[in-house]
This record gives sequence, structure tokens and C-alpha cells, in this order.
Amino acid sequence: MPQESKANPLLSLRGIRKSFGAVEVLRGVDLNVYSGKVTALVGDNGAGKSTLIKGIAGIYPFDGGDYVFEGESVQISDPRAANDLGIEVVYQDLALCDNLDVVHNMFLGREEKRGLILNEDDMERRARETLDGLSVRTLKSVRQQVSSLSGGQRQTVAIARAVLWNSKLVILDEPTAALGVAQTAQVLSLVRRLADAGLAVILISHNMVDVMEVADNIAALYLGQMAAQVEASDVSHGEVVELITAGRSGELGIQPKNGEGAA
Amino acid sequence: MSTQDTAASTTSGGLRGAFSDYVDRIRGGNLGSLPAVLGLVVLVVLFTVLEGQTFFSAFNFANLMSQAAMIIVLAMGLVFVLLLGEIDLSAGFAAGTSAAILGVTLTQNGWPLILSLIACLGTGLAIGLFIGLLVARLGIPSFVVTLAMFLALQGLMLLIIGEGGTIGIEDEFVIAVQNRNLTPIAGWILFLVVLVGYALFSGLRLRRRIAENLTHEAVSVWIFKVATLAVLGGIGTFLLNQERSRRPDITSIQGVPYIIPLILILLIGLTFVLARTGFGRHIYAVGGNAEAARRAGISVSRIKIACFMICSTLAAVAGILFASRDNSISPTTGGSTTLLFAVGAAVIGGTSLFGGRGKISDAVLGGLVVGVIANGLPLITSQAGIQFIVTGLVLLVAASVDALSRKKSTT
Repeated sequence: MPQESKANPLLSLRGIRKSFGAVEVLRGVDLNVYSGKVTALVGDNGAGKSTLIKGIAGIYPFDGGDYVFEGESVQISDPRAANDLGIEVVYQDLALCDNLDVVHNMFLGREEKRGLILNEDDMERRARETLDGLSVRTLKSVRQQVSSLSGGQRQTVAIARAVLWNSKLVILDEPTAALGVAQTAQVLSLVRRLADAGLAVILISHNMVDVMEVADNIAALYLGQMAAQVEASDVSHGEVVELITAGRSGELGIQPKNGEGAA
Repeated sequence: MSTQDTAASTTSGGLRGAFSDYVDRIRGGNLGSLPAVLGLVVLVVLFTVLEGQTFFSAFNFANLMSQAAMIIVLAMGLVFVLLLGEIDLSAGFAAGTSAAILGVTLTQNGWPLILSLIACLGTGLAIGLFIGLLVARLGIPSFVVTLAMFLALQGLMLLIIGEGGTIGIEDEFVIAVQNRNLTPIAGWILFLVVLVGYALFSGLRLRRRIAENLTHEAVSVWIFKVATLAVLGGIGTFLLNQERSRRPDITSIQGVPYIIPLILILLIGLTFVLARTGFGRHIYAVGGNAEAARRAGISVSRIKIACFMICSTLAAVAGILFASRDNSISPTTGGSTTLLFAVGAAVIGGTSLFGGRGKISDAVLGGLVVGVIANGLPLITSQAGIQFIVTGLVLLVAASVDALSRKKSTT
């Protein structure tokens, strides 16, 4: 199974470029994301993680490079197009409405209706199926207002919302940044279960402990270039940190002969 | 397994469970309509004790309903705007301007009633569209836009009404809205239709949700709600059906005022829009977290424009009620304390000034509280100063409760 998915990445980016005015933020980035695997996207502030993610999600178009999804080259012009492909992003601020309950939030903007009327029964049933499918047992009721939830529970709701739509790729932006120890463990195990259920997951994180714990695959960005994308089992904590801070680690990474990478 | 758990948590314990849930909610800062209900009870007891003869009479009860009706309708519109976290200070004069259009076309130009009504409501709609465009497209704070409109509409109204100063209304339909009543039999039929309709609708929904193992309230809670409606509605209908004419031998005045079914229709219709349609859900979403709503693909500016249009159109409806109650339109129609009372009503009822929380029924409850104050205070003191101070204080208390509950629920 891993070999098979290895051969065909769900998402494959080749030579992605993106500039904002005179600033070249992404300089020929390659990235492979596989179904059933957690791909950690790491890199220092300003390495281009957010730009890469927003491009994948269709917030803005890349200037150059190939965007290949399920083996086909695609043009993503807006977030809807990304959603239609099965790509969902859970942003760091979660984008939940505190005054609505869990079901309402999961279906926000894509409510199920019978004629004019909201189909609350079906929405509640589907929300519960999704949460049960993810083995979420931390919610008291799907009719709880989000304002009454803890940070970890909110993260859970946001992730569940992302997988509700038969999505194939879920992008998580710093899901554990604001959480305590116990809740971080809960969310990480949820991330693991997403991948085990066959989804492709991109996890952005600054926390190396989290990355080493849950990632199958680590992609390190360094100053707008992909320093290296490696199997998590092949590298040590220290090597990843070197990739992030210097762009290379021994044999791995951007070698000085490239010229630009040796800063 | 967890399916069972999630469903069970809201059903177990029946009435007692529901009560402890309610206490938890209040502790958590979500007071809902509790302050309004308490306030209503306290005020009614207070005024009855101080000035029972006049206050607690059948005549005054009907009078109070008609006074409160205008505040309630105006407040219903404001709920839509407040839900977004916006404000409409011009709603009072939107009511006045629309009423002026009604008066001029009907009395001076002799238009048919239906055309005049359309012109009146259309005026409200246009005012709301204008405000909404300025707020949503240009991004001017609604406070400033509607403050400017507060002044501009006042001027527009003066121009429309012209030199005469007051326009009389003679149309029987417009006058009937606030001054005529259902026959006692029709009143009881209305009561039964509403009661049975509510019991049937909510009961069938409850049965379906129990059968399909979805979250639902306890059956005992449903029985309690239906029983409360039966008792309160029954008492209200009975009181309104009493003879309240001072000279029954000359003219008999009894029955439920027409205004009550009108308010009921608005209450049910608008509650349906807010609670059961995608549009209503999106209003709450925009009020709760506009950025999240935008990312979910909701057109925030369209929702905003629509809410301002609903608000001003309901203000036009309130304008018709003003015209009907006074049998005329004057430059002060919709002015003075009108808007303050309406905003106060919505907030006292439990609608948050910070957006995202509120219901149409808040406007009804809060409108009754404000109506009782406006009706009862002049009976105990003739000093206008005291009346203003008390009303201002009530609004401040309501806003404080709102701010405190928000603070509590976010920390």
C-alpha cells in the first residue's frame, strides 16, 4: 500500500514560483503529498510555508510551475475550485462562529436544505457520523455552542468540518500552537487517524516534537526553496532543525554549488 | 456508542435536566430572556400596587398592547441589524418618513389604499437599501451612516409633510389596524389556532427527532411550553375580550385588537426566516464571525444590505401603526424616544449589541417591558423628567447585562 501511494502522489507540485512585487517568495518549489500519509511542512518564519499553502488552497494563483492533482495538471483559480477537488484548509484561527453550534459550524456556507428550509436532521446525522468516524469522543453534544468548547475541541470541530466533504487533502495550519499538553496529544492522534483513514494530510508546525511524532514525511522549506523532502524515519530531530535553519544537513538539502542556497 | 452519548445528553432528566441545563447556561453568561421576563413581572406587580385601579384595567391592557406594538415591530427590524453587530439609529424616522408617504399619497393625492401601502413599504425598502450600500460597500460605520440618516430623514419628512404640519388619515383600513378588534369569538378561535398549531408543529418535530435518535428537548419540557402558552394566551384573550368601553350602553369595545394577529404573523414569519432558512443562519454567522462567514463562501455584504433593508421595511410597517394610532402623521411621528425605546426593547429582550445573539421573540418580550414602563410611569408620576430618567436607566441596565454576559461567556 505505501509503495503504491508512493508511486502516485495525490498532489505533486513542480517548480512552483510566486512573487509579491519584487520579492520572490517561492523559488521553484517541489512537493509531493501522498494519500494516507502525514506530510509535515516545516520551515522558519518567512520560508514561504503560508504562501505555498495559500496557493494550494486557491487563495491566490502561483506565478509558475505545475500543480498536479491525482495525476492531472490543474489550474486552481479560487478557493471553491480547490474545495471541488477535495482540498480543505484548517486555518490557524479555525474560522469558527462562536455563536453557532457544532453542526451549524460544520455546514457553514454549505448547508443542506429541503427547499428553502434547512435540513437540520440530515446535517446533524452527517455531522455525528463524521465525528464518530474520526472516533471523536470529547464532545458532549453536537448541539453545543462552539463558545463553550475548549481549544482542542474547537480544533477537532474545524478538522471534522474539513473532512465532512469527502475531502482528499486536508491542510492543517499550526493545529497545536495554542493547545496544552493533553489537548495536543488528542489533536495529534486525530491527525494520525485522518491519514490512517486514507486522507492526505499536510501539517504545518513549528513544533519539532509534534512533527517527529506524527509525520510520515517531512518537507523543509528554506528561503523559498524546498531544502529537502524526506521520510521522517530517515532523519533525526537535529537534521530537521539544520534543514530548517541552514537549508542543508550533510548530504541532505541545498548544496553550496547551487549558489543561492549557501547563505 | 458516542452516537448514543451525544443524543442522550440533551434528553436525560426531563424537566429537571432542562432546568439544570438552563441554570448552567445562565451561569455561563447566556441570560437569554430571563431579565425581560423578570422585569415584566416586577414592573406589572409594581404598577399594579402603586396605581392598580388604572393600570390593571381591561381598557389599559388593550391600550398597552397598541402602544407596545409600534415599539415591538420597530425592534423586530432592529434585531436583524443588531445581530450583525450594527446599529440603525434612523429606524424611527424611517418609520416617520414612510408614514408621511402613506399620508400624502392617501389623503392629499387620493391614491388607492394598496398603492399607498406599497409606496410606504417601498420607501422603507429604499432607505434600507441606501443605508446598506453605504455600510456594506463603502465600509462606513453604520453608526455614522444612520446618524446622518437620522437627521436627513427628519428633514425629508418635513419636506414631504409640507407647511400644514399634520396630515390626517381617514382610510378605514389604516385606522382599523390599531383601533378595531376581533369579535370575542374570533379572538378565541385565533387563540386556539395558535395554540394547536404550535403544539402540533413542535410536537411532530419532537416525535420525529426522538424516533430518529437526534438531539431533542425532553417531552416534559415540550408539555411545559405548550401549557405556558395555553395559560398565558388564555388569560390574555380573556382579558381582551372583557368590555372596556366607559359607556358600554353607547358603544361596546371588546375583543383582541387586530394588532395582535399582525404581531403574531410577523413573529412567526421572521422567526422562521432567522431559525430555519440558510439566509437566517448566515445572518448569525456574519454577526458571530464575519471573517469565518466570508471564508465559508457567504457574501457578507449581501447579508448586511438585506438586513438593513428588512430593518427599514419593518420600520415602515411600524410607521403605518403610528399613523393608525394617531389617526394622523406629524413631523414628530417616529421621533423623540421612539428609536431609543425600540433599541432598548431588543436589548432588554436579550439581543446582544455586540452581534450574533438575538431572536425575534426578544423584540416582543422587550417591547412589552418598554411598553409597560411607557404606559405605567405616567400613571404614577406626571413629571416627564422622571420618566426619561427611568427609561434611560432601564436601557443602561439592559446594556450592562448584555456587556457582562458577553464578558462572562468569552473568559
